Amino acid sequence: MNDVLILGEVKEGSLDMKTLELLGAGRKLCGDLGSGLSVVLMGDELSKAVDQVISYGPDKVYKLEHPLLRGFKTDLWVESLEQLCRQINPKVFLMGHSFIGMELGPRLACRLNTRLTTDCIDISIDPEDGVLLRTKPVSGGNAISVFKCPGEPQLATMRGKVFKPAEPAEGNGEIVDMVPEIDESMIRVESMEVVKEEIVALDKADVVVSGGAGLGEEDGFEMLDGLAKALSKSFGNVMIGCSRVAVDKGWISSDHQVGLTGTIISPDIYVAVGISGAIQHLVGMVNSKKIIAINNDPGCNMFKVADYGVVEDFEEIIPALIKKLEELS
Amino acid sequence: MKELRIIVCAKEIPDPEAPLSDVSVDAEKMEVIVDAPQVISPFDENALEAALRITEDMDSKITVLSMGKKVSDTVLRKTLAAGADELILLEDEAFEKLDSHSIASVLAEAIKKIGEYDLVLTGRQAGDWDSGQVGLLLGEMLALPCISLAREITIEDGNVMVKKSIPEGYELVKARMPALVTVSNEVGELRYISRTKMLKMMRGARSIPSWNREDFFSAPEELLKMGIFELSSPPDMGRDCQILEGATPDEQAGKLAAVFKALR
Ligand SMILES: Cc1cc2nc3c(=O)[nH]c(=O)nc-3n(C[C@H](O)[C@H](O)[C@H](O)COP(=O)(O)OP(=O)(O)OC[C@H]3O[C@@H](n4cnc5c(N)ncnc54)[C@H](O)[C@@H]3O)c2cc1C
Ligand SMILES: Nc1ncnc2c1ncn2[C@@H]1O[C@H](COP(=O)(O)O)[C@@H](O)[C@H]1O
Repeated sequence: MNDVLILGEVKEGSLDMKTLELLGAGRKLCGDLGSGLSVVLMGDELSKAVDQVISYGPDKVYKLEHPLLRGFKTDLWVESLEQLCRQINPKVFLMGHSFIGMELGPRLACRLNTRLTTDCIDISIDPEDGVLLRTKPVSGGNAISVFKCPGEPQLATMRGKVFKPAEPAEGNGEIVDMVPEIDESMIRVESMEVVKEEIVALDKADVVVSGGAGLGEEDGFEMLDGLAKALSKSFGNVMIGCSRVAVDKGWISSDHQVGLTGTIISPDIYVAVGISGAIQHLVGMVNSKKIIAINNDPGCNMFKVADYGVVEDFEEIIPALIKKLEELS
Repeated sequence: MKELRIIVCAKEIPDPEAPLSDVSVDAEKMEVIVDAPQVISPFDENALEAALRITEDMDSKITVLSMGKKVSDTVLRKTLAAGADELILLEDEAFEKLDSHSIASVLAEAIKKIGEYDLVLTGRQAGDWDSGQVGLLLGEMLALPCISLAREITIEDGNVMVKKSIPEGYELVKARMPALVTVSNEVGELRYISRTKMLKMMRGARSIPSWNREDFFSAPEELLKMGIFELSSPPDMGRDCQILEGATPDEQAGKLAAVFKALR
């Protein structure tokens, strides 16, 4: 029995650790359903990732290896997953709400004529009818909705950092080699060039200093850089974050964006400077261990979720703060 | 070259950036109640902006499609004021609270009725239910090449070229038109619309076509409602905020520095 299938992700030949969260989520469902857990891995060279995933005790690993599956060519990935699902008919299929899952999910749902729920923070099985209950924040996070949809596989993408990663487990998982029937002619969107940018790994930061529309102009981020530098003398990894408006204005690149459509983080300290605290921003940082807000509007929402607040123009506070931090160190 | 035809799908929603105090949840009726004006979903404004930029010096026609039980043309007329050529509303009782798949199938049927087009643009995700599916579902239904998360879109010899966000940066991709592209905020905000232009469009006698399901959609029995099983308020995110007072910024900064020191 392999009723619950999850899509594992592979990064440079190794298993992406995000997959462990999906394994955790999948395991929970298997408990409810009394079924087995399978993982599908896709790529051109999978032996290492397969070995890694096996050590977490899935019942089956579908290994979809093909030279054309090198890199993420959506057309071929959707096609391959469609073929797999038609062959093995999983009851539930879970993916991460990652770049890959966001793109594959809807297209696969359409092809298999089933319904998808995206960005879920919980899943369970309704004991009455065995159908998947999909819990998802909606309206930016202003409400939590549980959806129940027809169709099979029951399809959901899962938000990261919500499920506890699976622990290594004994098992004699079976490896099933499958070669998808794909060829170049199925590629409708051609990749011309991959441009690597310097990307901040916000989820690895100990402290995030974040700026919003309140900075007024791009130069504000220079001031935040100064603060980040001063803090990095006492704290490990200090990085710069931002709100969406700062990206919209072109002040900073979108990899710095914190929030619903940016990165969801929970650093030791989050410093919000000139950020009002819109719900779509809050869902990205509200689980930070300590939150410090600097804003000249005492009524702004950020103060409601912060531990410490300073009501003042950031241009006054930040330089003074940098000086004080230096005196203290 | 023949006229370039772009269809932009735009959804009208309650302002998703309304202050939290204006939002509540009616668990009984399973509804999110937002006490704020209706707006165009933000990423759809980005999609319209992308369309306007692509067609800047080109013979073109931009059609905006908006679907719902009832769509407010005063909200959507903004798209015309910004420079779209045509606005078509798809309105029917049967279009209320549909799931993403059903929304996409209604839009797909309307687009088939429109017939000729080179590009279909949608936002990456609507700000009401945050589903993030309708664009790609629509692309699949129309059997178009699909590109998601565009930060920049250009046209070259019948191809659409897109800078698409990926985890490592961006990927430049190319597809033969017609194609579908979902748009992200990096393409830029919808251009400024002067008050005069806006007023002229609001007061103008221009009538906005509204199609109901009989006009273009033959299989309403296939429409499914969103399967909401339960709706609740999120857990309270509030913390007790200690405001660091001080007569001068220097004094406040001193207190804040002490907080950092204690957290070290
Ligand atoms: C579907 C959807 C997804 C979204 N995803 C995200 C997301 O991932 N991340 C995100 O951030 N947003 C997101 N948003 C946008 C979000 O709703 C808000 O618009 C955005 O977070 C506001 O950014 P802001 O706080 O910087 O700007 P504003 O709301 O304009 O706030 C600026 C703040 O700066 C303060 N200020 C002004 N001058 C000063 C000064 N001199 N000193 C100190 N403070 C000052 C003001 O008091 C105000 O509180 C999304 C929206 C939608 C609809
Ligand atoms: N009712 C609608 N009318 C027009 N466009 C829509 C509608 N619903 C969704 N869309 C489009 O599909 C995109 C993604 O929506 P969603 O999948 O609901 O998050 C939106 O940004 C719109 O461009």
